[in-house]
Amino acid sequence: MLDSKTPEGPLADKWTKYKDHIQLVNPANKRSIDVIIVGTGLAGSSAAASLAEMGYNVKAFCFQDSPRRAHSIAAQGGINAAKNYQNDGDSVHRLFYDTIKGGDYRSREANVHRLAEVSTNIIDQCVAQGVPFAREYGGLLDNRSFGGVQVSRTFYAKGQTGQQLLLGAYSALSRQISKGKVTMYTRHEMMDVVVVDGKCRGIIAKNLVSGELERHSAHAVVLATGGYGNVFYLSTNAMGSNVSAAWKAHKKGAHMANPCFTQIHPTCIPVSGEHQSKLTLMSESLRNDGRIWVPAKKEDAEAIRKGAKKASDISEADRDYYLERRYPAFGNLVPRDVASRAAKERCDAGFGVNETGEAVFLDYASAIERYGNTEANIRGLKSQSQAEITALGKEMVKAKYGNLFDMYKQIAADDPYEMPMKIYPAVHYTMGGLWVDYNLMTAVPGLYAAGEANFSDHGANRLGASALMQGLADGYFVLPYTIGDYLSKDIRTGKISPDSPEFKTAEAEVQSRMDRLINNNGTKPVDYFHRRLGRIMWDECGMSRNEEGLKRAIQAIRSLREEFWKDVRVPGAINSFNPELDKAGRVADFLEQAELMCLDALERRESCGGHFREEYQTAEGEALRDDDHFAFVSAWEFTGDPGEAKLIKEDLVFENIELKQRSYK
Amino acid sequence: MNLTLKVWRQNGPDDKGHMETHPIEGVSPDMSFLEMIDMLNDQIIRAGGDPIAFDHDCREGICGMCSMFINGEAHGPGRGVTTCQLHMRSFKDGDTIAIEPWRASAFPVIKDLTVDRSAFDRIIQAGGYVSVNTSGNTIDANAILVPKVQADEAFSSATCIGCGACVASCKNASAMLFVSAKVSQFALLPQGQPERESRVLRMVEQMDKEGFGNCTNTGACEVECPKGIDLSNIARMNRDFLKSSAKSEN
Ligand SMILES: Cc1cc2nc3c(=O)[nH]c(=O)nc-3n(C[C@H](O)[C@H](O)[C@H](O)COP(=O)(O)OP(=O)(O)OC[C@H]3O[C@@H](n4cnc5c(N)ncnc54)[C@H](O)[C@@H]3O)c2cc1C
Ligand code: SF4
Ligand code: FES
Repeated sequence: MLDSKTPEGPLADKWTKYKDHIQLVNPANKRSIDVIIVGTGLAGSSAAASLAEMGYNVKAFCFQDSPRRAHSIAAQGGINAAKNYQNDGDSVHRLFYDTIKGGDYRSREANVHRLAEVSTNIIDQCVAQGVPFAREYGGLLDNRSFGGVQVSRTFYAKGQTGQQLLLGAYSALSRQISKGKVTMYTRHEMMDVVVVDGKCRGIIAKNLVSGELERHSAHAVVLATGGYGNVFYLSTNAMGSNVSAAWKAHKKGAHMANPCFTQIHPTCIPVSGEHQSKLTLMSESLRNDGRIWVPAKKEDAEAIRKGAKKASDISEADRDYYLERRYPAFGNLVPRDVASRAAKERCDAGFGVNETGEAVFLDYASAIERYGNTEANIRGLKSQSQAEITALGKEMVKAKYGNLFDMYKQIAADDPYEMPMKIYPAVHYTMGGLWVDYNLMTAVPGLYAAGEANFSDHGANRLGASALMQGLADGYFVLPYTIGDYLSKDIRTGKISPDSPEFKTAEAEVQSRMDRLINNNGTKPVDYFHRRLGRIMWDECGMSRNEEGLKRAIQAIRSLREEFWKDVRVPGAINSFNPELDKAGRVADFLEQAELMCLDALERRESCGGHFREEYQTAEGEALRDDDHFAFVSAWEFTGDPGEAKLIKEDLVFENIELKQRSYK
Repeated sequence: MNLTLKVWRQNGPDDKGHMETHPIEGVSPDMSFLEMIDMLNDQIIRAGGDPIAFDHDCREGICGMCSMFINGEAHGPGRGVTTCQLHMRSFKDGDTIAIEPWRASAFPVIKDLTVDRSAFDRIIQAGGYVSVNTSGNTIDANAILVPKVQADEAFSSATCIGCGACVASCKNASAMLFVSAKVSQFALLPQGQPERESRVLRMVEQMDKEGFGNCTNTGACEVECPKGIDLSNIARMNRDFLKSSAKSEN
């Protein structure tokens, strides 16, 4: 049984009380304490900047050429906060409740409540940094709605919210770099964590330009290395997003929690061919105004697939707005897992609308008309023609979603202002990750995990606009307190030497694995194996899973792993700039972690959130949870073989929320 | 489509470098430019060669990592797109395509098409921020009203992705567009006012130190900028710079 170290007391007081009672480190002592932060996305940059401001010596690492390029930069739609600026009944409690329910009751109450509490500070902080959020004409901040909720609590900056928030955190980080409080290591990859006397005391990093290995010591290490959606090869993640840092930590004693909880996002641009290297998200914010449908008649769907009919040829009566039909209360704004499964269900039944049969329509025609009418009223224009209203409507839609529409046009070569977009679900986010306690510390003392890399707040399904919130909450407002409490016991330790046997052994192990990869002399490039792994995972461990398929996948992954080590070809040399070698190391880790994901999916004999086991569904095809047997976090401990990990449970206790079947009807 | 690619190869900053020719067959018009390079690298690796090194990550036009000079244009033909968003349907069967790295002395080549753009980070470190510490007690986000037009304009400037195409397109390798975008974002917002003068002076000073060239108003940067950052940013920065330097001389 795992101890989450959740503080005692009433839910709403836990965090305040905790902060009041932690040990502090005085400013002089902070100056002699080193902290390593791996990753400079929202979680890493915000943590690095905040800890440096407090006085710690920070070393930060990222594999890109600049901290500003972390994957967080790509987040589009927005960030949640319980500000209740719209006066629509929002509150900390409601955000807490929505998140627990959205996560299908598989997250820890105390963590989620803390997240909701600090959410409002995030917006204040970002505005103070000069983040240019969208505003209303009166100068106040604007909000939009996201899936799974009935209030408008999402703050945004057009379709580039992640970019603006990350640039805010990056500027705070840059300020500390200029002061010498943060030493920034770009184009550096963490290759292993180093544990000395049971505590994490540093990392082995590789300078990706020179190819040299480096030892970096510290009193504590934070992994803010993002999610592992790329185990599916195709996902909306950036090409470099990886599991390696987390996986290395797992092999050194940190537990992997709920690795099978993957979010498949309903609105992405469909796969166009074999050459595809990644998938592009069309932000969830589009479901605010867009309506999702497929033809109600199979013959219409067939005609569309063959190119004999267009979307506009299908009359209103012959359209099936299946989300509005199945879930009248939430309509197009049901949570992601629900929307994705519903799209798959329609396409599997033969109603898909592109050549591959794997696409549905996302239609803006009625939104364009609605916005056009409103705007005409605002501007006091009477007796407008239909064409003029449509033109006004397009203008308004452009102002709100312009960059997303442009992106769609660029990729799909189709004009979404004229024709509905075609979309299909794609892998997007991983709720699973390193197990952490209330302090965000992993099972290895002194090793922390923040942002998407940990499992903490989203249960079995994350609500839209909540990842940015969590990343910044962890980095700006949680870690600075919890790490301080831990470090307060380390003020007399003095500098940690990077020359201890533990560091040397770790470095030698990293070196020997690189040697093995480079000298393998196989015949096939890394991508060949990665693509095949992705196919296995998408088919057997994707939107729906079953026992037989998962067992098949485990066998297939094991043999693919063997084949990889026999036949992969990694060109070039070790001591040089060699992106293929870096990629090979990451894919080798995916090939191990994939097996654990399937094992986790196999052992969780229930359906919840994004984890849909075909054997466990209601008569209406909804996920059927089993709270009596599965209301726990599955934390896996490494025992030497990825598929032989040991399951340790953290029971989830719900004291403030009543467990119910999730309904969005 | 079948194409002929002429690609710049350079093994490190001190290597002289040369163009290398690669025929490539069976390119689909739906491929992105980088997917076409993936295909080429696959060929090269299978044949036992050294693949072409290039920077990329998000592949959706936002991280600013991709950076190819294609047929004499930063990010290739087409306006408002990065290399990763360029699709092969922009080319014809039989075309010859020349692919080079960003060229500027402030952006030394690391390998092939990969360059070192850390100078941009150092410019931001010189002053591209608002000096505010993290705290749970900053004022409420709605306490200061910002007119929508102003907020929108600040946002437009803030959308710069730091790719460096402006520098690569400029015959003087000037970084004015990049620097002015950040200066403008803060100049347009109330939060940026207290440090407005020192910021512009410090950022421009760092820019000069990094070895970027002077701006002679050719406007090539604006044309090639994938994010539509326009010359009005440079004008705003010049005004702020003049005002601030006059004051600091007093
Ligand atoms: C297209 C897209 C749109 C999204 N839109 C939204 C949205 O609108 N709202 C929302 O809330 N969420 C959104 N998300 C999710 C959200 O963006 C991410 O979950 C979040 O940004 C993750 O932040 P992070 O700081 O945890 O990690 P990341 O931003 O992924 O950063 C990871 C960092 O770790 C570094 N790193 C990784 N491995 C190593 C290693 N081995 N060594 C050294 N460094 C390493 C990287 O260099 C990088 O700096 C979106 C996601 C995608 C893919
Ligand atoms: S100003 Fe434009 S071209 Fe220059 S770095 Fe920014 S986005 Fe790139
Ligand atoms: S790869 Fe990110 S902008 Fe091109």
